[in-house]
Amino acid sequence: MSRIREDYNKTAAYRFRHFVEGDLPETIEEPTPEELEALCPPEETHGHAAAASESAEGQRQGTGKPRSPSEQFVDLKERDPLEDAKRFAEMSGFRWFRRIYQIAAMVLCVCIIAMLIITVGHMPIHGSNDTPTSNEVMERYLEKGQEETGAPNLVTGMILQYRAFDTFGETNVLFISTCVVMLLLLMKKKEGKTEKPAEKDGESRYEPGGDIILQTVARVVVPMIMVFGFYILLNGHLSPGGGFSGGAVMGAGLILHCAAFGFSRTARFFNEKVYDIIKVGSLCLYAIIITYYLFTGANDIASIVPLGKVGNIISSGLILPINILVGLEVACTMYAFYAFFRKGGF
Amino acid sequence: MEWLRFILAAIFLLSGLTTAAISVFGVYKFKFVLNRMHAAALCDTLALMLVLLSMVILCGFQFATLKLLLIIVFLWFASPVSSHLLALLEVTINEHLKDDCDVSEVDELED
Repeated sequence: MSRIREDYNKTAAYRFRHFVEGDLPETIEEPTPEELEALCPPEETHGHAAAASESAEGQRQGTGKPRSPSEQFVDLKERDPLEDAKRFAEMSGFRWFRRIYQIAAMVLCVCIIAMLIITVGHMPIHGSNDTPTSNEVMERYLEKGQEETGAPNLVTGMILQYRAFDTFGETNVLFISTCVVMLLLLMKKKEGKTEKPAEKDGESRYEPGGDIILQTVARVVVPMIMVFGFYILLNGHLSPGGGFSGGAVMGAGLILHCAAFGFSRTARFFNEKVYDIIKVGSLCLYAIIITYYLFTGANDIASIVPLGKVGNIISSGLILPINILVGLEVACTMYAFYAFFRKGGF
Repeated sequence: MEWLRFILAAIFLLSGLTTAAISVFGVYKFKFVLNRMHAAALCDTLALMLVLLSMVILCGFQFATLKLLLIIVFLWFASPVSSHLLALLEVTINEHLKDDCDVSEVDELED
């Protein structure tokens, strides 16, 4: 496209430039038949102008790949400027850029892989004594972990006692993510309440459930899932599990109940109010516990919470309440995401 | 007694693995969704049950056995129901259902 063309302001290049600059003309005038003939040389090798005018006619032969059936009915006026830009990029001198891009990506990939493999060669042998991970921190965890945290499950003891602050951050991430999704999805509701009656008509579309087989199974399975989730929660410091996994199981139970019986049935015991209370309440309680941890730890005060006998359900100090709080938070997050993306709210 | 148990477990395990292999083959072999779903559901129920039963036989009777049996029960609840829901979705959405399979009355299935 080096030569100057008289019909420049009808080409895709013109529209692409204007699209990039932001002042796309509202309507692109339909070319008259005379113009079409002028635009459409018999050789059909002039790239884009020919393609554009052809699509106005609604058919395409000759150059390029066949158009998909949905594309055939697109009028020239309704064509997407982005689509034009893409086609322009394909047609004109962007091809070499693509090739260089692919080659550069490959070279970069090979370089990174080579660097990683070389680094692996320099690493200490797995399990040897001089690895950077086997320092006094790990020894401390292994030797004194159970004694200090009172939890036979050392992983839970680590993430909820030694690194409770870190876990608090993770719980905050869950909270913030649901808040952001809420902000994005509930934005439309405030614009006008005239939408409400229209929503009533389509209510059944958002309402899951009604399938008799699923309901029958859910009636049996949901209580089992909830009990199992709570079991994982409570046994977090004794056996594998803990707040995150138990909360995920409980959230799955809630989702199954909702999918089987619909939002209205679930809202009888788990509506937005309960959700708000549980979510904010558990996070605030967790924050209070963390504050207590930090305060006692920084000032070298012994914690007044007794560790209890190792192996009992009620033992190991504050790990059990933290587990329950984290579990509630995770369950609420999971159910909230389901509700938001299914219906756009509770 | 010990080798009898081993042979029994091996028979269960091998038959389970064979069923799983057949179902994987079916998933790639069939073209239509409902056929493929049938093959996949076979792996979820029968193959997994056979494999877990062989584990039960190998374990003997202890607490882990009960957990394995519970897993079987749960899978036999979950997999057919999810297959049923997927099939319902397919029947509801697919416009060319009658080209692919013999459905006498599609409207009846839609509840």
